[in-house]
Amino acid sequence: MAELDEASKPLFAGLSDVSISADIPVEGEITVPVSSMSQSDEFSTLDEPVKDTILRDLKAVGKKFVHVLYPKKSSALLRDWDLWGPLLLCVTLALMLQGGSADSKDEGGPQFAEVFVILWFGSVVITLNSKLLGGTISFFQSLCVLGYCILPLTVGMVICRLVLLGGAGKVSFAIRLIVVVASFGWSTFASTAFLADSQPPNRKALVVYPIFLFYFVIGWMILTFAPSHSAGP
Amino acid sequence: MSVPEANKNTNTEAWGGFDDNLIQGTGSAVIDMENMDDTSGSSFEDMGEMHQRMREEEVADEAAATEEDTGEDGEFLGMKGIKGQLGRQVADEVWQAGKRQASKAFNLYANIDILRPYFDVEPIQVRNRLIESMIPVRMINFPQKIAGELYGPMMLVFTLVAILLHGMKTSGTVIREGTLMGTAIGTCFGYWMGVSSFIYFLAYLCNAQITMLQMLSLLGYGLFGHCVVLFVTYNVHFHSLFYILWLVIGGLSTLRMVSALISRTVGQTPRLILCGTLAALHMLFLLYLHFAYHKIVEGILDTLEGPNVPPIQRVARDLPEVATSLINGTVKSLGISLLSQ
Repeated sequence: MAELDEASKPLFAGLSDVSISADIPVEGEITVPVSSMSQSDEFSTLDEPVKDTILRDLKAVGKKFVHVLYPKKSSALLRDWDLWGPLLLCVTLALMLQGGSADSKDEGGPQFAEVFVILWFGSVVITLNSKLLGGTISFFQSLCVLGYCILPLTVGMVICRLVLLGGAGKVSFAIRLIVVVASFGWSTFASTAFLADSQPPNRKALVVYPIFLFYFVIGWMILTFAPSHSAGP
Repeated sequence: MSVPEANKNTNTEAWGGFDDNLIQGTGSAVIDMENMDDTSGSSFEDMGEMHQRMREEEVADEAAATEEDTGEDGEFLGMKGIKGQLGRQVADEVWQAGKRQASKAFNLYANIDILRPYFDVEPIQVRNRLIESMIPVRMINFPQKIAGELYGPMMLVFTLVAILLHGMKTSGTVIREGTLMGTAIGTCFGYWMGVSSFIYFLAYLCNAQITMLQMLSLLGYGLFGHCVVLFVTYNVHFHSLFYILWLVIGGLSTLRMVSALISRTVGQTPRLILCGTLAALHMLFLLYLHFAYHKIVEGILDTLEGPNVPPIQRVARDLPEVATSLINGTVKSLGISLLSQ
């Protein structure tokens, strides 16, 4: 701050010289509403132990997970949106999809980036589309909902991996197909339960289709995932 | 004279607080300004000068002041009596002005509302246009109506991307220098934007009556035929089936686009150039999409290229056995039929 003073002195030097009246109070607290709000915020969240912050955020994320698993028409997901949950889910999904390739060495990198980019780019495109079609939801709220609704697909991915541990035959393929289709349907249903309300009623189909396509692509990536330890041709 | 007025015009919101303070402070000068009489006396010009100086200060000190305004309001109080009170106001206004300029710039460059009218469609309209894209219209003496809409084309491009991904995965394509998704998106969007721009450029040269939006829309809906053909042939691997579908469905959607363009062009040679180019590009793209990501190509590549490793290598992946046995059967039967010829 001292440097700022010195740098600004030449700029305002002329003005301060013009100062005549000594009866204008210069001392004292100039309370601008903005700064007082930030002070109270600092008191409440910056001085608490890190464990409290993390637990509070995790609890918020967990509550939203529950909302996704039992999708009712609630506005909790929309009201306090956050992007921690989508990030966690995205990273988990991308890490789990990483191991499936013939050559494990140089395929590991692009796979993670691929999934990451698909998830975020796809969410952004769907959000823009719903906004252009006249949606009343904000950009980040929509990102939040789409990200959280990947949870069923992540659960499906975990189940698929467990099934693949038991072998990669026809039966396992059938089981995986059923699991992926079920979780894909659940994801699409959950996200439309939250998003479709913000659209004009006759255009719901126009908004639902890209969401369907998005989760279909993710579901397809999960279904065709084959871990590298199985023998290749 | 016009400068103070201009200031007043653009800063009516900004200097609202300013004006309020002045009314409390002095009185008549502000009222003169509000009436915008250019016959007012010196007080009006003084106000104008003060406004002008304030404006220049604001423009010069914006960035610095937004950081300093909370802590250094004292600086502004060094001014003359009336301005001292206004110093605080100015600091506030500087912050507001900075925010306004940032949001103006954002609205100018990142304004998706520009695209909003092109997404104003009903589901039934989209469905009708999808069906119409396969039906060529024979009236070529009168300009045909082309819908200027971007929702349908965009969704079709993304669907094509999804179908391509499916095809790449089942054919076991592995891209080394990039990603599967990147290649698929690049191919589809590149085709849609690139060929649209190229045909629009040709249309401009050939004096055809078509706008860029209409061209984007026309070509986008033309991809519906591609989607259908690829969806069928990536799952059912029969060459003869592909060729039949290529001719029939690809041909129908090409004819639709071509007839729309012909109806908007005058003269034999321009019509020929434009439509020949579009037809060639459209049909060849479908051919390329089918063959570039097909498992059968692997064998041909191996025999042709030998030790030279192409940038897009094909390494077979694990596939579910159900699909593998079908593909193997297809390849064997076609290989045998090719050899016997």
